[in-house]
Amino acid sequence: MIINSSVNRRSFLKTTATAAASLGLIGAGGRAFAQEDTIKIASLLDLSGGLDAAGKPMQDAITFAVEEINQAGGLLGKQISLITYDTQTDMRLYPQYSQQAALKDKVSAVFGGITSASREVMRPVLRRLNTLYFYNTQYEGGVCDRNIFCTGITPAQKQSKHVPYAMNKWGKKIYTLAADYNYGQITAAWTRKYCTENGGQIVGEDFFPLDVTNFGSTIQKIQEAKPDFLYLVLVGGAHQSFYRQWAAAGMNKQIPMASTTMTIGGEQMVLSPEETNGILLCFNYFEALETPANKAFLERFHKRFGADYPYVTELAMATYQSVYLWAEGVKRAGTAERMPVIEALESGISLDLPSGKFSIDPQTHHCVMDINIGQIQDRKINILESFSQQQPLDTSGVCDLKKNPDDNSMYVIKV
Amino acid sequence: MDLLVVLSFEALKAVASLALISVGLAIIFGMMRVINLAHGEFLMLGGYAAIVATKAGINIWIATLLVSPLVVGVIGVVIERTIIRFLYGRPRDTMLATWGLSLLLVGLATTIFGNTTEGISAPAGSLQIGDYRIAAYSLIIIVIAIAVFAAIWAVFRFTRYGLIARSTMQNADMAAALGVNPSRVYAVTFGVGAGLAGLAGGVMAPITGIVPTIGAAYVAKAFITVIGGGPAILAGTVSASVMFGAIDQIITYLSTPVIGEVALLAAAVVLLRFMPQGITGRFFRRAA
Amino acid sequence: MTANWQGNGGLVAATVLGLVLLLALPQIVDPVMMIELTSYVIMAILALSLGLIWGYGGILCFGQSAFFGIGAYAYAIAVINFGDSTIPLLLSIIVPGLFAALLGYFLFYARITDVYFGVITLTVTLILYKVMGATSGSQYVIGAAPLGGYNGIPAVPPLNFPGRPELALSFDGLFYLSGVTLLAVYVGLRLMLKSRFGQVVVAIRENERRAELLGYDARFYKLATFAIGGAIAGLAGCLFANWGMFISPDVFGLAQSAQVIIWVIVGGTGTLLGPIVGCFAIQWIATKLGAQQLLNANLVLGTILIGFVLLVPKGVVPTIGDALRRLKFCPYVAPLVEQRRVP
Repeated sequence: MIINSSVNRRSFLKTTATAAASLGLIGAGGRAFAQEDTIKIASLLDLSGGLDAAGKPMQDAITFAVEEINQAGGLLGKQISLITYDTQTDMRLYPQYSQQAALKDKVSAVFGGITSASREVMRPVLRRLNTLYFYNTQYEGGVCDRNIFCTGITPAQKQSKHVPYAMNKWGKKIYTLAADYNYGQITAAWTRKYCTENGGQIVGEDFFPLDVTNFGSTIQKIQEAKPDFLYLVLVGGAHQSFYRQWAAAGMNKQIPMASTTMTIGGEQMVLSPEETNGILLCFNYFEALETPANKAFLERFHKRFGADYPYVTELAMATYQSVYLWAEGVKRAGTAERMPVIEALESGISLDLPSGKFSIDPQTHHCVMDINIGQIQDRKINILESFSQQQPLDTSGVCDLKKNPDDNSMYVIKV
Repeated sequence: MDLLVVLSFEALKAVASLALISVGLAIIFGMMRVINLAHGEFLMLGGYAAIVATKAGINIWIATLLVSPLVVGVIGVVIERTIIRFLYGRPRDTMLATWGLSLLLVGLATTIFGNTTEGISAPAGSLQIGDYRIAAYSLIIIVIAIAVFAAIWAVFRFTRYGLIARSTMQNADMAAALGVNPSRVYAVTFGVGAGLAGLAGGVMAPITGIVPTIGAAYVAKAFITVIGGGPAILAGTVSASVMFGAIDQIITYLSTPVIGEVALLAAAVVLLRFMPQGITGRFFRRAA
Repeated sequence: MTANWQGNGGLVAATVLGLVLLLALPQIVDPVMMIELTSYVIMAILALSLGLIWGYGGILCFGQSAFFGIGAYAYAIAVINFGDSTIPLLLSIIVPGLFAALLGYFLFYARITDVYFGVITLTVTLILYKVMGATSGSQYVIGAAPLGGYNGIPAVPPLNFPGRPELALSFDGLFYLSGVTLLAVYVGLRLMLKSRFGQVVVAIRENERRAELLGYDARFYKLATFAIGGAIAGLAGCLFANWGMFISPDVFGLAQSAQVIIWVIVGGTGTLLGPIVGCFAIQWIATKLGAQQLLNANLVLGTILIGFVLLVPKGVVPTIGDALRRLKFCPYVAPLVEQRRVP
């Protein structure tokens, strides 16, 4: 009952399962031949609850990627079957569904988790149960674990370009408004770093829990501080009311805004053009990218999901592309088993995907990618400037999985 | 100086919003002793009514000031007839049933509208006060709150319904003996309370946006304001709103919105500890 | 005398039944189901704590999840700092117990009752939720444990054999431990309610004025019941932190408080078996609902709650108990669904 180390835990579970199976109680017979004809993957995304606006486009993207690969003949001659779990924006469900995906469905890889909080709950579970994990959200950087691949954009890739660009455009005084959890806090810290490095000044910094909807007194504080622009790290539906209240006070015509999260949940489609026009964005992917790969992708995607599909978000594209990265790993490994796939992915996989050239950095398990700066105009995003092949320098400063393959940390990078 | 004006204005707006979101609950609790835990969801429904109506092309003022209270008022009457009326005299069961109702309405709204935050832009532009700009809509909220309270006072003071309602609440049997139908009075009162919640929901919608779960953000504050205010419906709601709203705004300005809200909640706990009958229960026993 | 023997017979029967289930379940269900069952068992302990406070103490507490959360946080913070889990486990019982005692002293001795008590406990829970949610800055650290704000504390180390941090509790170990704890809490509370102390607590629920006139200080008895309930909820919180290996401010949320109340009312107040049954039933339904997309979970839970208040206001277990008693069905089964009333 009390046993040493996590490996034994698992073997204990296995023994129990085997014992139960040998008693014929859990229907192991049926499982034996159902096993081999498909490769299973699972998606764990919030399709309901507060984060569903971000989760649903990601689910569409993973569905689409799996369908495409299957239509093109599948992987290693097998079809991929996608098992979908709706985590309902409920923290209790992430570990529960991770365990189910790993133990019951025995999937080859899990894709999902949106907030950093959910990732940090899923990551230890999937590591312990030896199940490969892809996390596809932009985040604060610093995860160092050989069992996970992070395809999202990190601060050294994003803020290092976004903040100086906005400062050149508008001036040196920044007021930061951020969500009050680790993504917001750490992103604000990176913003401070890039601001001061470029000779700027942070004139104010406020953090808001995700359920705050009243920004009245903050708007007065901002006016008092007279910044040249706002840097917004606001997250979720409640925070959208900031844009409304800001515009209602007529401030949208006075002080410009840059945002790290706007458009991730299709916010530009919900808010009015007056409320979002001019907001400066920085992502790996915009629908407006002029590459042939992207144009072809959008054509196929709209054929499948309808011409009126609102917007393929950054997170949806990262999810779509992560499936292709994983598939490439499986192809090269010749198997969907975890360790060979990890080793294949570490061999330096690089693909031409809709968002441009996309490669895995073996040292950090993060990705090297193009970065684009865009601006919202009437619900469309115009690309202003592009920076090719940015490295995840924040994470590579603290994490080297080649040297320490057993590292299992979430580094809070000192900035 | 400008800053002081702007800040007092913000504080006034906070007080007005608090009073507005609480008054429906205060009427239902004060007159019927029913603790309506679905109050937040009534606000939510009011918000959706306003948004749906506006998107259907109805003028935004008609949508928030007329459609919202009417729709939610009718829903309130239906709920009173189907659920609440079986539970009079059982305060705990009423509380639990309305809690269930709150979950049910959240579920229903999620099924119908989905979970995305919906919103309408605030009408009326902005005002310049010295160096500062504020939303003119804040001023409108203050005006609406004053108008609502004046109207309620007038109805209870001067109309036949007000007299009947007050007498039924004081002694239902006596009122019935005098020919009043108490069950109809209860239904109408519950409908009025729900309608006022709907109005508040509609008025707040352009500021906060609406999601099915937004009720949770309101209900605790409204609840605390009503209980803190004590037995006098209008005086209680106003005095508690002034106190809590001012504390919230001042602390928020000095620190953060979280600490502001925590200060509000802490003030409520201390207030109820030392004045379990609420402000009006302590100071003006005879106020109406 | 006979009634007393029957009561004990019921208790013995319940214990045996519990032990049999505890030993048999891991043999018949698959590992994933085991993990889920463990969470039901843990939540049943939480439900029991409210069953005591509300059903027997007559105290309407809307913030039972506050003690649950405090227990979980106390355990997580302490175990990250100490390494060994023995003292953290004790702290997860003592800290929420003390907190309940303090809050109870603040309220009962001011004669705050009923609705007002409910509002204040709810408010306290919301304060904890707001405060814990606002601690994500790097300055909010207790010893080696960052509080993590909205994200909470991930990778909470599991319980271990006292003094031997390397002997960590397995998944199955946690199931057995939770099951034994649930059983022990149930039996302990049954015995406590039979004792003189328990009789007085129930007497106060039935008629506070009368009990006071007989010389019992109602305030003290309520305070003690409340503190015991708080401590039990804290223990459940500790097990929950072990189960998910993380803890976040969500445990203080309105949703969590609402759930506990729903379990107790569905199962039945004034019984101890009721909260357990209600907890298992509702969680099972919630899990099933979560697995499908057709019906919204809130919609169904809300309907269940309204339905129970209107149609089965006593809850499942007392209703069945009454039916069994009326049928004189079986002297050994009927006492299982006990419902004690003081004449």
